[in-house]
Amino acid sequence: MSDWLIRGAALPGGEPADLRLDGGVIAEVGSRLDGTGARVLAADGLVALPGLVDLHTHLREPGREDAETIASGTRAAALGGFTAVHAMANTDPVADVAGVVEQVWRLGQEAGYCDVHPVGAVTVGLAGQKLAELGAMADSAARVRIFSDDGHCVEDAVLMRRALEYVKAFGGLIAQHAQEPRLTEGAQMNEGVVSARLGLAGWPAVAEESVIARDCLLAAHVGSRLHVCHVSTAGSVEILRWAKGKGWRVTAEVTPHHLLLTDELAATYDPVYKVNPPLRTAEDVEALRDALADGTIDAVATDHAPHALEDKETEWSAAAFGMLGLETALSVVAEAMVATGRLDWAGVADRMSVRPAQIAGIAGQGQRLQAGAPANLVLVDPAARTVVDPSALASRSRNTPYAGRELPVRVQATFLRGRPTVLDGKLA
Amino acid sequence: MRRHLLSAADLGRDDALLVLDTAEQLARVADRPIKKLPTLRGRTVVNLFFEDSTRTRTSFEVAAKRLSADVINFSAKGSSVSKGESLKDTALTLEAMGADAVVIRHWASGAPHRLATWISGSVVNAGDGTHEHPTQALLDAFTMRRRLGRLEGLRVAIVGDVLHSRVARSNVLLLDTLGAAVTLVAPPTLFPVGVDDWPAEVSYDLDGVLPKSDVVMMLRVQRERMSAAFFPSAREYSRRYGLDAARMALLPEDAIVMHPGPMNRGMEIAAEVADSVRSTIVEQVANGVSVRMAVLYLLLGGALSGAALSGAVVEAEPGAPE
Repeated sequence: MSDWLIRGAALPGGEPADLRLDGGVIAEVGSRLDGTGARVLAADGLVALPGLVDLHTHLREPGREDAETIASGTRAAALGGFTAVHAMANTDPVADVAGVVEQVWRLGQEAGYCDVHPVGAVTVGLAGQKLAELGAMADSAARVRIFSDDGHCVEDAVLMRRALEYVKAFGGLIAQHAQEPRLTEGAQMNEGVVSARLGLAGWPAVAEESVIARDCLLAAHVGSRLHVCHVSTAGSVEILRWAKGKGWRVTAEVTPHHLLLTDELAATYDPVYKVNPPLRTAEDVEALRDALADGTIDAVATDHAPHALEDKETEWSAAAFGMLGLETALSVVAEAMVATGRLDWAGVADRMSVRPAQIAGIAGQGQRLQAGAPANLVLVDPAARTVVDPSALASRSRNTPYAGRELPVRVQATFLRGRPTVLDGKLA
Repeated sequence: MRRHLLSAADLGRDDALLVLDTAEQLARVADRPIKKLPTLRGRTVVNLFFEDSTRTRTSFEVAAKRLSADVINFSAKGSSVSKGESLKDTALTLEAMGADAVVIRHWASGAPHRLATWISGSVVNAGDGTHEHPTQALLDAFTMRRRLGRLEGLRVAIVGDVLHSRVARSNVLLLDTLGAAVTLVAPPTLFPVGVDDWPAEVSYDLDGVLPKSDVVMMLRVQRERMSAAFFPSAREYSRRYGLDAARMALLPEDAIVMHPGPMNRGMEIAAEVADSVRSTIVEQVANGVSVRMAVLYLLLGGALSGAALSGAVVEAEPGAPE
């Protein structure tokens, strides 16, 4: 007896087909499959993609459960079409020991809306002084493979080199938040024409690019993998293209907001647009779109960063950095990449599911929708358009930069190992 | 005019000239024995100061009182603000008290813009972070026009810490609107990246600019800047970009010297320059009151367009019906 029969969904790059889900896997793909005993979901006009995988999520638990919890954050993820997320280490306490990553992993299992893979801190307390016990986190029940001090740059070149080398023992990966700290002291927004006008301290592109260049060279020198978080400038794209051209094992991600929004939005002084790295110029946005399309940037990652109202309803310079991303990511990518003809749905599946799952090395995610594959998938209505309503979000926080904005596509259903987490656009 | 004055860019040419002309009329009040008009009787103006600035706060206070407004001084020190109350809560408190206008000085760029989203009264930016100080630019333009008789075509050099200066930003915008030609002069470290986009010339050479300037405006340079490597020492700054008597002699005969205050005598400006006949520094203070009266009058008095400004301002006597 089958669990679900999805009728007539368009597969990326293929014809409409039926998918029969059984026992947590895709049992069969074909036309006019027998739905006897199965719950049938009519998916005419919908696109089926492998469940989305986010390499960069802030779930805020433990520590800031007023802004987000693993339960609320994974509900938001499921509504956004995600079946796996990577929870960043900058919690309180920091995820720099096995105990904390195991707690996050266990809470994710209990929530059940998507897989939660904890990211471990590179250095103790994210302080950039001393390596955290990376091996203990790798060997823990959470099986951590990605390590990042996200929010902080691993600035010390020796520490970065050692981290890149050390994690090779267990197939780990260092994900760097590239930000030269001295060049960005007090920085509030992209440094350029707009910051000059607004009198806000600038965050120059060179502060990101110089660190990416150094880290690519370090990774090449020690023969390690490097992953670059939230690439935001045209110059960074050039450096990545050069490093990849050398055959170095460098991967990179871009956020949805850096694909759509520009630093002109800071002119409102509304901190909902304050994010790190900052929104850049229209030229940077174009370069990032091109880089995602040609594969120089491997993946889209949300950098979903929930913040309590009081941390955003302030003066710009007093506000926290970060914006929500999980529930709008697919729509923003559709707007920036699909509507502009830069990616088709197969390309979206690659950049939002296949590649991130490969980078993270997680089995069971990011696989082609074919018989035998785990039944992690999302059904998308490509013709729908939705106006973003902050109060309707599943996240505990409301800091979406898209409030009131109409965006394309809608997630109709999400399946995690054959079980629906979202049906009819609502939590199942 | 709009409901708020947040940036000098809020003022079109007609609006800016209306403020200056209104200030000219209101300035005559200062020459009377009783320096008070009933125009804003019953209206409440709050001075909300998150930074110490006795001169600006006093200037606004005198301006509001000369228009008979009730003035409340709400300073960050000794109020709930110093106990960690947010700007939003402060705004809601002022709103509940019925503030018709809030004059705000704040350390954060854009704080007046945020305030304007939370209250229904008018917001006047009295200096926000390193962003703008529009009433300073208005009083500077007023002072130039009084001394030199025009603004159109005037050559104005603004010298000093442009990067961190709200006075420079507002002056560049307003003077461009009014047809003056601005040249900014500073060491390259004290210009913002992106300054090329401003409607102004940029120069690193003060001695080259001075002979072609009708106005030279010296900006305050904080000594702390040298610890962040913006320049090597106060002495070197003073030598290259300070205005001393010898440099002042390079100016055309009728040129004036301005400074928004407070001055660092001996740093960006020599004492004999500050006290010379070319200096307008004391006039600027007096003119500040007139200009701020005009701004409050135009924002609160109901005369929101040029046509609506009648001769009533000049004719109004203390106690006369509005």
